Amino acid sequence: MGLSGLDIYKLLPKTNCRECGFATCLAFAMQLAKKAVGIDKCPYLTAEVQEKLEAQALPPIKLITVGSGDKRLEIGNETVMFRHEEKFHRPTGIGFILEDSFSDGEIKAKLEKINQLKFERVGQSLDVNLVAIRQNNGSARFIDTVRLVSVKTPLALVLMTNDTQALKGGLECLKGKNPLVYHATKENLNEVGKLAKEYKVPLVVYGEGLEQVSGLTAALASQGVNDLVIETGKKGICEKIGDLTQGRRLALKKSDRSLGYPSLVVIEQNDPYEEVQEAASYISKYAGIILMKGIQPWQVLALLTFRQNIYTDPQKPLQIESKLYPVGQVNDKSPVLITTNFSLSYYTVLGEVEASKIPAYIISVDTEGMSVLTAWAAEKFTPHKITESLNKFGIKEAVSHKQLVIPGYVAVMSGELQDASGFEIIVGPKEAAGIPAFLKNL
Amino acid sequence: MALQLMAEKWSGEVSVVNIGATPQDKGTRSHILKIGGEKSLPCLFQEGPLPNKPQIVFEVWDILPLDWPDELTRGYKNVLGDPVKWAQMCVKEYKAQGICLRLQGAHQDFGNKSPEEEAQLVQKILESVRVPLIILGCGDEAKDNLLLPACSEAAKQERCLIGPATQDNYKTIVASVLADGHNIIAESPIDINIAKQLNVLISDMGLNLERIVMDPTIGALGYGLEYAYSIMERSRLAGLSGDKTLACPFICFVGQEAWRAKEAKVAPAEQGVIWETLTATALIQAGADLLVMRHPKAIEEVTKYVDNLFER
Repeated sequence: MGLSGLDIYKLLPKTNCRECGFATCLAFAMQLAKKAVGIDKCPYLTAEVQEKLEAQALPPIKLITVGSGDKRLEIGNETVMFRHEEKFHRPTGIGFILEDSFSDGEIKAKLEKINQLKFERVGQSLDVNLVAIRQNNGSARFIDTVRLVSVKTPLALVLMTNDTQALKGGLECLKGKNPLVYHATKENLNEVGKLAKEYKVPLVVYGEGLEQVSGLTAALASQGVNDLVIETGKKGICEKIGDLTQGRRLALKKSDRSLGYPSLVVIEQNDPYEEVQEAASYISKYAGIILMKGIQPWQVLALLTFRQNIYTDPQKPLQIESKLYPVGQVNDKSPVLITTNFSLSYYTVLGEVEASKIPAYIISVDTEGMSVLTAWAAEKFTPHKITESLNKFGIKEAVSHKQLVIPGYVAVMSGELQDASGFEIIVGPKEAAGIPAFLKNL
Repeated sequence: MALQLMAEKWSGEVSVVNIGATPQDKGTRSHILKIGGEKSLPCLFQEGPLPNKPQIVFEVWDILPLDWPDELTRGYKNVLGDPVKWAQMCVKEYKAQGICLRLQGAHQDFGNKSPEEEAQLVQKILESVRVPLIILGCGDEAKDNLLLPACSEAAKQERCLIGPATQDNYKTIVASVLADGHNIIAESPIDINIAKQLNVLISDMGLNLERIVMDPTIGALGYGLEYAYSIMERSRLAGLSGDKTLACPFICFVGQEAWRAKEAKVAPAEQGVIWETLTATALIQAGADLLVMRHPKAIEEVTKYVDNLFER
């Protein structure tokens, strides 16, 4: 975290001149610590103090953008070590490495598959983010590959090369596309740093361990290169998680600017299961970008689903709009099913109703995003609330019958709901999986 | 200037639970499943010892399993419906380190087997395989209160793990577990306060906290996994910070949840396997100590992952 109110107070003039609008310098310092006012309200700060206080107002982990347009990836700006403390803000970017030693045909075929890696889950679209091109041969081949890839995919690109000539060529092809450069090392720091500055692109800083990385980022920052992403080298999963954890901790808790950047991990794993497990481990522990090789849809769907889970706001479960949803060619005889507006509940019910091929209405009651049982326990899914929704969404106009299907888990409210709503209550299955069979026998 | 790392120093540690008794402890198991003992967060060996690997056990049913997709039953050809053969197959063919016997058939809707019948089965399983045993009730509280004491007695001296005990139904089970020298599964509904309270209630009856394994109730990948993930992180942080009533190891019913997911039941076959695998991976990162799983391939992959983490 940044400076405390008292820390800031020590830097202020302590004259209590009130020009800032506060009665004392201490009161002003407290507001500064809360980031409730700007430091420009005090006209008596020295340039040095001003710089210090401005730095403390910056986010501890810098926001970095890779790519351009609507496929751009934004990572960083994270604020906590554990998702329950607030939330994880910017989902890990997931990218795939293509070797320039592959044939053009092979590259095109892989890109076609990568471009199709899009999934829908609980009303959100799950997308992959990056394609990385890695140099294995001469610079001409690398540049040709970059050109080929850039016209075949809308995803943001990463240029993986140690060859400055190849890098320059690649950057020339990608003007305006804001690719990520991989990587600056202690050997090529100045050259690559200069290119990143010239082309205004983000840069991965690679060092053997955090200490080396921290030295390199500080050197680059002093040259005005500070759109950085850090990588600490190839190591075992636990050691890598150790680095990712330390990096995040030092940036957040010690305001260490030299590590205040998102992290990148390259996964070199040929077993498709181990690859996904390793990637998931880093998604759970702070990686900003993951580059991997496997592009099989089953691998990627599992990984993107996990990323969606981890990056869901714990204080705000995924919700859908509370309303009457017709599914299929409904008419006034169609059954009416009640569920909550928790995305997972609704989409699970929707999936099963669709699978049953029986047109039906689903009413999602506003339970503030709670699931059936939780909402029932918290009195957000009560006969009264359900009746309110029925009236609000005009179900009596939509159907001519007077039957209502409720989730099996809340069977206990049947009587009361019947009295409140005037509908006949039919208790449905406990699990959504039972819906198709249930609807067929209704 | 050397970079100053910031290591967390924890005052507490997760208790160690031993499942299975070898002849040395007057049991007949070939080995002990030792779980817990962490003094650091998952993977962070630099900050404190993580002395015991997460363990994986195979789930075996007393009846033909309900709603298991083909992909899952394929690995257990000719043994489903015969729990003894099934358990033997897990140990011989798949090198299971432990078996979790689910006594679903005792439920009135699924066969209504008597406690005596099930206790005999427990005995037979203990005679046929020598790995540590976990015994699960049928989920009906009244029935479990008859069933589990009978099974507990039948497995006396074998130091099994038995459950579930819940906030509303723990006394009978705790009493048997206490009398017969077993460990207990304390199940709470994704709620850290209930988990804590239940541990206190159980230990108040005289069963040490060192004999409790917590079931935080998990959801599968894509089906509420993140709730259990964060509850486990919070409760592990509390345990490491010195709250002994939350410093018990976790058991996670990974197979049961993962194979309910829609994604696990569709082609390709890898999809179901990865669903179970990744549910386990994620929970290991949240602090899981004991994972009850189903698919042999998923168990193989997670075992490899754990071995890899602990190779040093």
